[in-house]
Amino acid sequence: MFQFIFKKLMLVVPTFIGITLLTFTLIRLIPGDPIEVMAGERGVSPERHAQLRAELGLDQPLLIQYKDYVVNIFHGDLGKSLITKTPVMEEFASLFPATVELATCAALFAVLVGLPAGIIAAVKRGSIFDHSVMTFSLTGYSMPIFWWALLLMLVFSVNLGWTPVSGRLDVTYWIDEVTGFMLIDTLLSGEEGAFASALHHLVLPSIVLGTIPMAVIARMTRSSMLEVLSEDYIRTARSKGMAPLRVIVVHALRNALIPVITVIGLQVGILLSGAILTETIFAWPGIGKWLIESIARRDYPVVQGGIMMVATIIIVVNLIVDILYGVVNPRIRHNK
Amino acid sequence: MKKGLTKLSLALAASAFAMSAQAQTFVFCSEGSPEGFNPSLYTAGTTFDASSKTIFNRLVEFEVGTTNVEPGLAESWEVSEDGLEYTFHLRKGVKFHSQKKGFKPTRDFNADDVVFSFLRQDDPEHPYHKVSGGSYEYYNGMGMPELVKEVVKVDDYTVKFVLSKPEAPFIANLAMDFASIFSAEQADALLAAGTPEKLDLDPVGTGPFQKVQYQKDSIIRYLGNQDYWKGAPQIDRLVFSITPDASVRYAKLKAGECHVMPYPNPADVAQMAEDSEINLMSQEGLNVGYLAFNTQKKPFDDVRVRQALNLALNKQAIIDAVFQGAGKVAKNPLPPTIWSYNDATVDYPYDPEKAKALLAEAGVTDLKTNIWAMPVQRPYNPNARRMAEIIQADWAKVGVDAEIVSYEWGEYLKRSKEGQHDTVLLGWTGDNGDPDNFLSVLLSCDAVGGGNRAMWCNETFSDLLEKAKQISDQGERAKLYEEAQLVFKEQAPWVTVAHSVVYKPVRKEVQGFKIDPLGGHHFYEVSLKD
Repeated sequence: MFQFIFKKLMLVVPTFIGITLLTFTLIRLIPGDPIEVMAGERGVSPERHAQLRAELGLDQPLLIQYKDYVVNIFHGDLGKSLITKTPVMEEFASLFPATVELATCAALFAVLVGLPAGIIAAVKRGSIFDHSVMTFSLTGYSMPIFWWALLLMLVFSVNLGWTPVSGRLDVTYWIDEVTGFMLIDTLLSGEEGAFASALHHLVLPSIVLGTIPMAVIARMTRSSMLEVLSEDYIRTARSKGMAPLRVIVVHALRNALIPVITVIGLQVGILLSGAILTETIFAWPGIGKWLIESIARRDYPVVQGGIMMVATIIIVVNLIVDILYGVVNPRIRHNK
Repeated sequence: MKKGLTKLSLALAASAFAMSAQAQTFVFCSEGSPEGFNPSLYTAGTTFDASSKTIFNRLVEFEVGTTNVEPGLAESWEVSEDGLEYTFHLRKGVKFHSQKKGFKPTRDFNADDVVFSFLRQDDPEHPYHKVSGGSYEYYNGMGMPELVKEVVKVDDYTVKFVLSKPEAPFIANLAMDFASIFSAEQADALLAAGTPEKLDLDPVGTGPFQKVQYQKDSIIRYLGNQDYWKGAPQIDRLVFSITPDASVRYAKLKAGECHVMPYPNPADVAQMAEDSEINLMSQEGLNVGYLAFNTQKKPFDDVRVRQALNLALNKQAIIDAVFQGAGKVAKNPLPPTIWSYNDATVDYPYDPEKAKALLAEAGVTDLKTNIWAMPVQRPYNPNARRMAEIIQADWAKVGVDAEIVSYEWGEYLKRSKEGQHDTVLLGWTGDNGDPDNFLSVLLSCDAVGGGNRAMWCNETFSDLLEKAKQISDQGERAKLYEEAQLVFKEQAPWVTVAHSVVYKPVRKEVQGFKIDPLGGHHFYEVSLKD
């Protein structure tokens, strides 16, 4: 077991090196001088330009810049934003809870809707319900997030007034930031109605961000269930006269869930990348929006550091999933 | 399941509406996060709205809604005969904000605060100069380090600025955001505590609103300053709800989640005008979009060619297609909201026949050239590519074959500064409402290789600007600038294309909101009708 974990860990090292190289070179391949972009039409004098380049460390050869960057990462220093001059780590830490909160709610939505829909569709195969779930999930899967978000916003927020348009909390609540998770902070604040308001603000963005994972989960659950339902032992269980619900939940679902859980794990990456669009539309103060703006401003340290952090999280989640498999399934662990 | 969800959201909606009724909170749907809270370190309007317009005051201020300068923290001032010394008499009894957790002032605003705020930017040896990166783009950009020789505290309520040369726009510079006055006492306290950079994140000022809380990309909260020297603002709480997408800002405005939104999508303007909940305010922006000829390249060194290419353009058609109603044809390099705008200037009419004749007279046949089109949307030009295409088509009718060129924005600015273009689309938004801030920056001989994309150096024109800078009487200055505009028009280094029209959708219940020609957003005078 120890050897297995060690092997998995060693595989992570080249991935990390690859990520640092990719983020470092890719943003520098985009033409454009960050100082010119910062100055705009106003421009800067050549002397000032040289001075700023030196201050930002951009006058060094690329190799030295890369070396400094990697050495600093090992010291836990991701540099400072060129624009706000705040440490990248600090900005990341202040924005990440919002992304996690949204991703968690979106994942909950995806699982709570996708799983039962997939199961019922499989059990009632060929019924109207089955067809509608499949059509709906195919639509959901291919829906452009941007359009979907604006559509929901127009219908539910502007026309019906059921949900707020954007933001995390009604502006009338002035609560202190403690954990950065609005649902927790509103509870801690003890202000009446604040928690409900925070929850209320989560509804639309969670649905938008959760739509694609929900569709994937529903389809996966359905096909996996169909496969299991045609197995001999299910027929045996049925012929024994077992209650149909018991057959489905206890016998079929447990086995059908294994590939579904893999898929749910894979959605973490989708939730984090999908967050970029969803956050921009709903003015959600998370890391997706932060990264997009930093790319536009050529804020090298933020882009490098931010992508580094996101990639690290995805790698760590996958590593944990891999190890868990090994724990659960000996066949994977011993497969040389 | 679905029914349950609907019920839940209905119940939640009801509770949210019940809450929003009680406190008088004014919400501005701002377009982005500020870069920080020290306006002297940055150049973005977004940052100024969140800092200088709310938290701070300056010695002199722009009267909201105009480009006129009025007294601010200085009650009055005198200029010496030679135009080199400006003496300011400061207002007494002005209080700085007091923070709940943190700095509590022990004294009123005085001359030390003024000296601190300027020396920090001016003196490389100042203990605060290098704090937070220490780049004072606007202070440097307006040429203040060379201009200001000394800032002297005469007594507690008198400050004297000594200049190296007479410069009339100096007063307007002092009304700009970078000249905001900080508390020297807070600065000293933070320096002693070893955390000077906190001054730029959480400063106190003397302005109408005090910053209470900021969550990046989400929200900024302010409380009305009850001790404000002009009297407490009418709204108790001011909230900036940061919303980068213009369609979402509009949705929030319609849903009543904010009261004012900046920068609407041009495509939404027509619908806003018909909305009974919204009062659509508009004004010509303090900007100009232009096409500059590179006058150092042949054949654009010939004034006849430049005039011909002016005559060949149907500008109204460009405005209609590109601005969709949010622009006006420009005939001067100055926008009409600026004093000394010369309304007597006669623009080149659309006359392709005359253009052809002029080109023939200049001996130019089969001209092959390029038009540079910006890759970004700017207030003075929402779609440069489209604009370039129309220009290309118009010029083709007089036998000029132009190719459209574009680069990434940073490259574009750099290469056009170096004069690599034949003709280039660009523009300018004014900083301080002074005509010099357009004419000198964009067209003087000194600006060649910098803001002067036409690479145009005309002595008559530059002399007029130089003369106007030496005089402090605004009426006399205006005459010189009016003359300069005529020289400009005749010499035609640019095609003056457009001034944008700025739209500000405001909810009906908002009172007292004014559009700032300088582009800022001010909330001191606003209130909400019940």
